[in-house]
Amino acid sequence: MKDSIKEIWVFGDYRNYFQNRVTLQLLSRATELAKMLQAKVCAVVFGDQVDEWVNEYIAHGADRVLVIDHPDLKNYKIETYVNLMIRLIGKQRPEIILVGATNFGREFAPRIAKRLKTGLSADCVDLDINDEGLLVQTAPSFGGNILAQIITPECKPQMATVRPGTFQEIPHNYERTGEIVRIPMPADLPKERVHLIFSERSPQRSQRIEEAKVVICGGRGMGSKKKFKKLTELGELMNAEIGATRPVVYANWIEADALIGQAGKHIKPKVLFAFGISGAIQHTAAINNAEFIIAVNKNPNAPMMAMADIAIVADANQVCTAMIKELKVRIRG
Amino acid sequence: MMKMLKLVTCIKQVPMVSELPWDPRTGTLKRNLADGMINPACRYALEAALILKNTYGAEITAITMGSDIAEEVLREAFAMGADRGILVSDPKMAGADTLATSLVLSRAVQTACADFDLILCGCHTSDSETAQVGPQMIEELDIPGVTYVDRLELDGRLLRLQRLSDNFIETLEMELPGLVTITTQRQAPRYVPLAGLQDAFTDKDISRLSLEDLDLDPELTGAKGSPTKIINVFSPTAEKDNIIMKGSARKIVQQLFDQFDDKIGGAIGKDIKDYQESQ
Ligand SMILES: Cc1cc2nc3c(=O)[nH]c(=O)nc-3n(C[C@H](O)[C@H](O)[C@H](O)COP(=O)(O)OP(=O)(O)OC[C@H]3O[C@@H](n4cnc5c(N)ncnc54)[C@H](O)[C@@H]3O)c2cc1C
Repeated sequence: MKDSIKEIWVFGDYRNYFQNRVTLQLLSRATELAKMLQAKVCAVVFGDQVDEWVNEYIAHGADRVLVIDHPDLKNYKIETYVNLMIRLIGKQRPEIILVGATNFGREFAPRIAKRLKTGLSADCVDLDINDEGLLVQTAPSFGGNILAQIITPECKPQMATVRPGTFQEIPHNYERTGEIVRIPMPADLPKERVHLIFSERSPQRSQRIEEAKVVICGGRGMGSKKKFKKLTELGELMNAEIGATRPVVYANWIEADALIGQAGKHIKPKVLFAFGISGAIQHTAAINNAEFIIAVNKNPNAPMMAMADIAIVADANQVCTAMIKELKVRIRG
Repeated sequence: MMKMLKLVTCIKQVPMVSELPWDPRTGTLKRNLADGMINPACRYALEAALILKNTYGAEITAITMGSDIAEEVLREAFAMGADRGILVSDPKMAGADTLATSLVLSRAVQTACADFDLILCGCHTSDSETAQVGPQMIEELDIPGVTYVDRLELDGRLLRLQRLSDNFIETLEMELPGLVTITTQRQAPRYVPLAGLQDAFTDKDISRLSLEDLDLDPELTGAKGSPTKIINVFSPTAEKDNIIMKGSARKIVQQLFDQFDDKIGGAIGKDIKDYQESQ
């Protein structure tokens, strides 16, 4: 058995590395939690030739990295990854496991939690340690305009998923050292029953919204699909990415990957425009890191207006149209 | 001959929140069944099952867990083309998190349709968005399963699936029996004619299952069987000292660009100070 130093594990989700930095963001938060808990931060990496990630995770705060490096692990394989993780957890008994809420993470984490009969809270917007040393998982609560603090008092490990962009990564430090534990690929794993036949990168959007400096978000207050499309024109003039609230996505005014919020993406633009958005917690939870917010709403009392640096009390469409006109005049060359 | 395909769809009744007024086809408000409705992704799962039924022939069992009024979503499932409806209802199940819910639903599938070929769930629900119940049922039932499926195609006992996962378009295969969770990206659910709905209220029977019928220990269900506990709720207050702008849109925009050129112009990488002024 391992000594009694507690561990916080972060699942090393390195696919789409350059766009998806959620593992680094989780390592950053994990190092803060580890201080409160007097614990170590441990990253877990499965894959084929993954040294690059191992070193990266140490540079970003991992004290230890558990690695299983094997050609069979070249592609993410759900059953195999779950089985490997369960074995490692059984041997090492971490206190906490944090998983990025990527598509894979959202499939992987619940299966781990189920196997271990422990709790898992989804899409946490904050993580903390309370006086009893338990992980406090803050997440928007069931439909209401409130945040809930959730704990898993009786089961271990305590598990949470977190959307990319929720926490900020710490700058890398390649001088940092960490323990690398190489674990051989077990020979007796059950055979994978889900087979990847073919995989190709989907055509990417040019400037990803999570990294965009300027984001224009539109809500139901835009009125119609046609009027909403005006935001795209404005976006082109401002080199901005377009985001949306959930009613807009449900109404099919824009594709689902533009969704900003608890159920979508977290963003951290320098400037954020919010057109006709009420400011429900499921949406605003994902824009806390925006530096400068300009909100346009007919209702001066909408929560979105209280969050904004500039609150424009006006019709969202008229302001959008006026901005397009004005920018065309002002931007030359 | 092959036996008739047995499909199970797990559907959840969710509140008809005001943000969901559109029927994408007709552009009208959908309010035909009180204030609850089938969770959108579950409706897509049911549609995927119906397409399999139309192509290969199948029996579809719709299962929902909820209180008595959740019966409505089973009636709607009948109207869409489901053959059997199972309502899993027991006061002891209240307050369940995903661990407890996935246990109850898995047991309900095993009780109501032990020889199922494929279970189809929505990939997430609009009222909680955790997306955890499907994957946890896969574990509970120990069957192959794939989440976030956009398309599926059956070739004998082999199911071929396509999905978008973290920027990769993946084609996957698995043998039946299995479980898939379906997104809202393809195959919009069919329209339910009102006439069908009325028949559905009278024609078909719904079987009810309680915890006892499922032979489940109450300790493992509901709030008791849920390892996560809510200890506190609060509403964050973000009151900024903000600048309020009112008036005609044109005036506001000019003022905005003139006063905040450093912020806005800086971020977009363009000078937006008024031309005349900057000369
Ligand atoms: C589990 C769960 C997860 C969720 N996840 C998300 C998520 O990830 N992202 C998300 O966005 N939502 C999410 N929601 C939904 C969220 O609760 C809100 O319903 C949604 O954000 C509201 O969107 P909205 O602001 O566009 O619409 P509304 O709340 O309807 O607000 C419209 C606003 O527009 C204003 N307005 C109307 N007309 C005009 C006009 N002509 N000019 C200017 N202003 C106008 C109104 O005053 C109002 O403030 C989730 C909900 C649940 C239950």
